[in-house]
Amino acid sequence: MTGEALIELRGVQKRYKRGDETLSIFDDLNLTIPAGDFVAVMGPSGSGKTTLLNMLGGLDRPTGGSINFAGSPIEKLSESQLSAWRAANVGFIFQFYNLMPTMTATRNVELPLLLTKLSPRDRKERVKTALEIVGLGDRSGHRPKELSGGQQQRVAIARAIVADPKLLLADEPTGDLDRTTATEILEMLQLLNRDLGKTIVMVTHDPAAAKYAKRELHLDKGEFEERLT
Amino acid sequence: MSALFQQIGAVVAMTVSGLPSRFWASLTTIVSVALVVATLLAFLAMGNGFAKTVAGTGSEDVAMFLGTGTSGSELNSTMPGEAVRILEEAPGIARDASGRPIVSPESYVAVGAVRRAGGGEANVSLRGVTANAPGMRTGFRITEGRMYDPGTNEMIVGAGVVREFQGFDLGAEMQFGTDKWKVVGVFEVPGTVFDSELWADLPVVQTLFNRGPTVAAVRARLTDPGQMEAIKAFVAADPRLRIEVKTEKEHFASEARSLEAIVYFGWALAITLGLGALAGALNTMYAAVEARTKELATLRAIGFGGFPAFVGALTESLLLSLAGGLLGVIAAYLIFNGITASTLGGGFTQVVFDFAIGPAQVVSGVVLALVLGLIGGFFPALRAANTPLLKIGAE
Ligand SMILES: Nc1ncnc2c1ncn2[C@@H]1O[C@H](COP(=O)(O)OP(=O)(O)O)[C@@H](O)[C@H]1O
Ligand SMILES: [Mg+2]
Repeated sequence: MTGEALIELRGVQKRYKRGDETLSIFDDLNLTIPAGDFVAVMGPSGSGKTTLLNMLGGLDRPTGGSINFAGSPIEKLSESQLSAWRAANVGFIFQFYNLMPTMTATRNVELPLLLTKLSPRDRKERVKTALEIVGLGDRSGHRPKELSGGQQQRVAIARAIVADPKLLLADEPTGDLDRTTATEILEMLQLLNRDLGKTIVMVTHDPAAAKYAKRELHLDKGEFEERLT
Repeated sequence: MSALFQQIGAVVAMTVSGLPSRFWASLTTIVSVALVVATLLAFLAMGNGFAKTVAGTGSEDVAMFLGTGTSGSELNSTMPGEAVRILEEAPGIARDASGRPIVSPESYVAVGAVRRAGGGEANVSLRGVTANAPGMRTGFRITEGRMYDPGTNEMIVGAGVVREFQGFDLGAEMQFGTDKWKVVGVFEVPGTVFDSELWADLPVVQTLFNRGPTVAAVRARLTDPGQMEAIKAFVAADPRLRIEVKTEKEHFASEARSLEAIVYFGWALAITLGLGALAGALNTMYAAVEARTKELATLRAIGFGGFPAFVGALTESLLLSLAGGLLGVIAAYLIFNGITASTLGGGFTQVVFDFAIGPAQVVSGVVLALVLGLIGGFFPALRAANTPLLKIGAE
């Protein structure tokens, strides 16, 4: 189901300034991710995996080079344009779920829809569907602390897909879960990729997790090395 | 636009539902704002109560004559006895059944008294009056005992004096200078400064205090308030009359301003304390925003703007300060409203009055609280609005 390039990185540079020192994470990073791909990004700690994901998701900007999404560069967008772009195109999944602790699962999942013009009734319908996709239809009234880690991550996945973005970005989505639960989550991502056509970029340091992706990229010293799974 | 309100609604709901998790810090803010507001209200209630008593004293249809250059105070004023007779001929003055003008010449001296609470010494007013004096005061009533007998060292005392000072109970004798005065009656003119006075026969006061035939002030009942202009013209036209005339109401309205300083002092003190409360509120709010950093960053990652985060933090701050303001108002009302105090009036004598918290004082207190909340929330709210996106990974 992979098609034309959804994401293209061309000559991407990323540097951080720390006092007088400049830390160069990427100097000339090139990458193409076709629509419908499921990529696992691996690499040692500190190799820049999170930095890469943040740049792909428009949370961080490259120091140089360009990042194209569906043919247009995102690094030139203003803060508010980027914000709207994220809302429309990207769903984020985090290691520690990042749910709003005082909100029910329903309210958490509804958040991205508050940025749309959908009516309350349509929002409700969408939230219900998203929670059913992740198998939590019966937990919609629970708050995060009343849910297990795996269930919380499913709520987060429902939140990531509810506005129907093309791209899902997951940073160590199973990093805080036990093996069995991790497997459930990974199978769910696989399903979202296969059946709903979501393009997924997942950062992980776990080789077993990476096997669920279509391909693995190894990031080391600012360069990629590709291995097909 | 509706999307913006939805976002604001979500962030405000999140903020408010998070309040219990910061219970103690929130309570500290509420209590400190409450203390500031209660302090302010104590002073405002004092100023208001005093102003009500003093300003509530005068009557529209009583003309009040004072000697010129006495800065409007009865204690400093002196008028020759001859002036009284001339004034009786002034136009517009009401007459009694037997055709005599209703005028009340009065002398006014300060005498020492000892407070019931604390035993401090203070001056109270002794007013020398004639039979016309009670009729000039609406609401005058002897509540205990009887009127003084003219020509004797008898006096009647205001109810406020009995409440606040020692030794003025019915039947008691008080020594002023070399002379003994006997309390034969208690009177009241509720809600006025007269309640804080001692009254005795004018000729006796003139003699025992060496006033000769002079008086401090003359009150005259007008046929109607419109007669003031004619009376002013009459006084100005007669070179023998070196006196000023106002309605009694105007006279006391200007005296009421003498306690404005306490109101300014109250504001100054409350604002000073408010700076302390503000430091606490800022701290609490910065901590609250800090505690929500990850959530705020996550919302921004999802696509929320900074403005909802700003409104959310500001709302929290305003809610806390509003709660503090209301608590302060309630506390001040329970503690201060209606308590009796006495303080120096326009002259050197004590005015007994009740603290009074009215709508204006409540509004002032709540406004001060909200201003504290606004400032205390503004800067933390700016920080909330500018939460860095990369704090999504914050622990
Ligand atoms: N905001 C930042 N400021 C300075 N250095 C940063 C910042 N973010 C990440 N880094 C540095 O960039 C490098 C890559 O970080 P990161 O992308 O988080 O690595 P990974 O996710 O692969 O562990 C690390 O050396 C990290 O310390
Ligand atoms: Mg990382």
